[in-house]
Amino acid sequence: MQPEHIDPPAMPAAPAVAARRALRLPAVGAMLGLVLLCIAGTLLNSQFATADNALNVLTRTAFIGIIAVGMCFVIISGGIDLSVGSMAALIAGVTILLMNKLVPLGWSPVVVVVLGMSAAVLLGAVFGLAHGLLITRGRIEPFIVTLGTLGIFRAYLTYFADGGAIALDNGLADTYGPVYYGSLLGIPVPVWVFALVAIAGAVLLNRTAFGRYVQAIGSNEQVARYAAVDVDRIKVLTYTLLGACVGVATLLYVPRLGSASPTTGLLWELEAIAAVIVGGTALRGGAGSIAGTVIGAVLLSVISNILNLTNIISVYLNAAVQGFVIIAVAFMQRRRP
Amino acid sequence: MAMATATTATATATNGVRVELRGIVKRFGTVQVLNGVDLTFEPGRVVGLLGENGAGKSTLMKILSGYEQPSEGMLAVHGRSVRFAGPRAAEAEGIVLIHQEFNLAEDLTVAQNIFLGHELRRGWWLDDVGMRKIARSVLDAVGLRKVDPDTRVRELIVAERQLVEIAKALSRHARVLIMDEPTATLTPGETGRLFELVARMKAEGATIVFISHKLDEVERITDEVVVMRDGRLVAQQPTASLTRAQMANLMVGRELADLYPPRSTVPTDAPVLLSVQGMSVPGWAHDVSFEVRAGEVFGFAGLVGSGRTELFEGLLGLRERSAQRVTVAGTPGLPGSPREAANLGLTYLSEDRKGRGLHVRFGLRENLTLMALRRHAQPWLKPSSEAAALAQAVREFGIRCGALDVPASSLSGGNQQKLALAKVLHPAPRVVVLDEPTRGVDIGAKREIYALIRRLADEGRAVVVISSELMELIGLCHRVAVMRGGRMQATLEAAQLTEQELIAHATGTH
Repeated sequence: MQPEHIDPPAMPAAPAVAARRALRLPAVGAMLGLVLLCIAGTLLNSQFATADNALNVLTRTAFIGIIAVGMCFVIISGGIDLSVGSMAALIAGVTILLMNKLVPLGWSPVVVVVLGMSAAVLLGAVFGLAHGLLITRGRIEPFIVTLGTLGIFRAYLTYFADGGAIALDNGLADTYGPVYYGSLLGIPVPVWVFALVAIAGAVLLNRTAFGRYVQAIGSNEQVARYAAVDVDRIKVLTYTLLGACVGVATLLYVPRLGSASPTTGLLWELEAIAAVIVGGTALRGGAGSIAGTVIGAVLLSVISNILNLTNIISVYLNAAVQGFVIIAVAFMQRRRP
Repeated sequence: MAMATATTATATATNGVRVELRGIVKRFGTVQVLNGVDLTFEPGRVVGLLGENGAGKSTLMKILSGYEQPSEGMLAVHGRSVRFAGPRAAEAEGIVLIHQEFNLAEDLTVAQNIFLGHELRRGWWLDDVGMRKIARSVLDAVGLRKVDPDTRVRELIVAERQLVEIAKALSRHARVLIMDEPTATLTPGETGRLFELVARMKAEGATIVFISHKLDEVERITDEVVVMRDGRLVAQQPTASLTRAQMANLMVGRELADLYPPRSTVPTDAPVLLSVQGMSVPGWAHDVSFEVRAGEVFGFAGLVGSGRTELFEGLLGLRERSAQRVTVAGTPGLPGSPREAANLGLTYLSEDRKGRGLHVRFGLRENLTLMALRRHAQPWLKPSSEAAALAQAVREFGIRCGALDVPASSLSGGNQQKLALAKVLHPAPRVVVLDEPTRGVDIGAKREIYALIRRLADEGRAVVVISSELMELIGLCHRVAVMRGGRMQATLEAAQLTEQELIAHATGTH
């Protein structure tokens, strides 16, 4: 499914190759880690291995997971986006303000909420497009562009919220609520959306020319350029796609708390990038997998869930644990060809 | 100053050193590039090392200078067995390799480069004054009297950089100096000064290994000639006992004429498929015009840095450029990107296979189809369609690979090159530009690539071949344009093509 990682020259006997190839499959390491964590969680707390808790974990994973799917494309193409947390916060704030403004017009709450959700996706795509154009046309490093917008997005949210919180109009809460709290066939809506985004992402990455170009650019941009790939357009598309994913994640998140504040989406960039890296995608780009990214995102949520359910490590250290995990995984990846 | 210079530069080489290579074998994965080489270098001699690309010269010299470790066999200095962990260990024995590709840090000054990794210190601080002084003397020794040691390497032209590399080797007390194509970028005057330096070092007892394709230079300065072919030593003889034709035949291992399929004639009414008028690439090419007809193989000769590659990168929109008029396969217009060029029917094979030609970590299939991926996507990619295309390409281009699902990096150089050719031909272009199509491939693969180029032309394509191997251009092309310093010096018809003629135009000594 993915171009496997194989040491270039050494080609020993066939069974050994097959075994090594299996071990090198990007998602295997993360899968193994996830299984071990689940066993540990089950042993530590009887509430861990329940259907309720599992659905709870998956629902909380959905936001980061959807962003991580988009992030996966950006990282495979050799880029990075540090702004996604701030972007989510600003999208949440602007969307809420927009919907609140629409309420007095007397439209049906359903129309207002649908307009708000569309605005969230559109706004994300526009932010992503801006990133892409600054990076390709402006020839600025993605790290710098998105570091800049990380500050800009959050500052504007804080300004709009006047330092406090932007709350959703009470009249809309009931209409919008089911987008986060509702279920379909016993599975929460955010989990459905996460699954759809992940499947679409996997198809896009592995079964379309766009996906192949993304991998080609990340593997060697010069080779891709010489091979008549429209490198700039593909890069802009990856950032736009990520922006739209942030929009989708945000529209699911807004009804959860019904407000946006300067702490909304804090450190989401860490979690999204960590999910991608833990899932076996190399930070230097070229190869990676959506399945691995999904597993990586779930793994990070399970860690935070176990911290919540047990007292071994304070839950306040959640981000620290994620930080340690990302460094450890990058350490294990470092010697790959 | 001149006296002092000569002493500083060469005093270090006074006691020569005898180096032996015994039973050297080198394997890269499954590919064996050296098959047991025994060779002895005596002090105070200039040795010409000859061989086609891929014969194993560079690998052997990298082993001698510590950049590579032999898979089997041993090195001995003065009869004492040595094992070099890296180039520094070889330098400690006085063995220094000057790379064909430069190893200079462009943003550092000449003096900083000369002492990179060997900085002189005074206590905790760098001894800049001392380093500048020695740099001055070694620069004088190589004839760079006008270059200030504080100049940044970025500001030097290619020939000056080559001489800085040699100055750097001098400062490292070289007793065995290996020079890989040192004159490729030099003018005749600079070459003459370099040869004076070689003679001086030889008189001081140093060994000089001179790798070159220019047989007249080999004849002029070497005492003996070592010829390699397919990873083996095929001859070691005094230079005086060989003619240039004999050297060439020893390198190729057969009469040269057999390598190239016969030329078919291009009908005079064949349509012009590529027409370039008044094309300029700032800093590289000025006002270049040429036309290539269907069925024609059109060569570009010239020294490294003469602007050939850059001209075509400009044509593809990869560099800033301007042109009065460009027509590709009947459509006027200057392509803005390789993608537009491919849509017009023009594709380009880069000279830099690993950096620009192939995704070496990708599989063969992904590499082959990248330039014409839309053909296999409607809209979902069809692996079966891609696999069929690969199977066909493997047959058609004679790509030898164990399995079809291996990464491109597992292929030998020649087979990688065939894959790269298959890739640029996959979009079915009317015009193909092949930049150094046989660089780093063995003689067998060369012959196959020559036959392929001939077939491409016979099928009615216009083929442009850029090559630094003059014999290749002479054997393949209907016409050859010679570039020097970014300008087209001459366009020679097949009947006029000789090595002397091409070199004369390329170096401006016509």
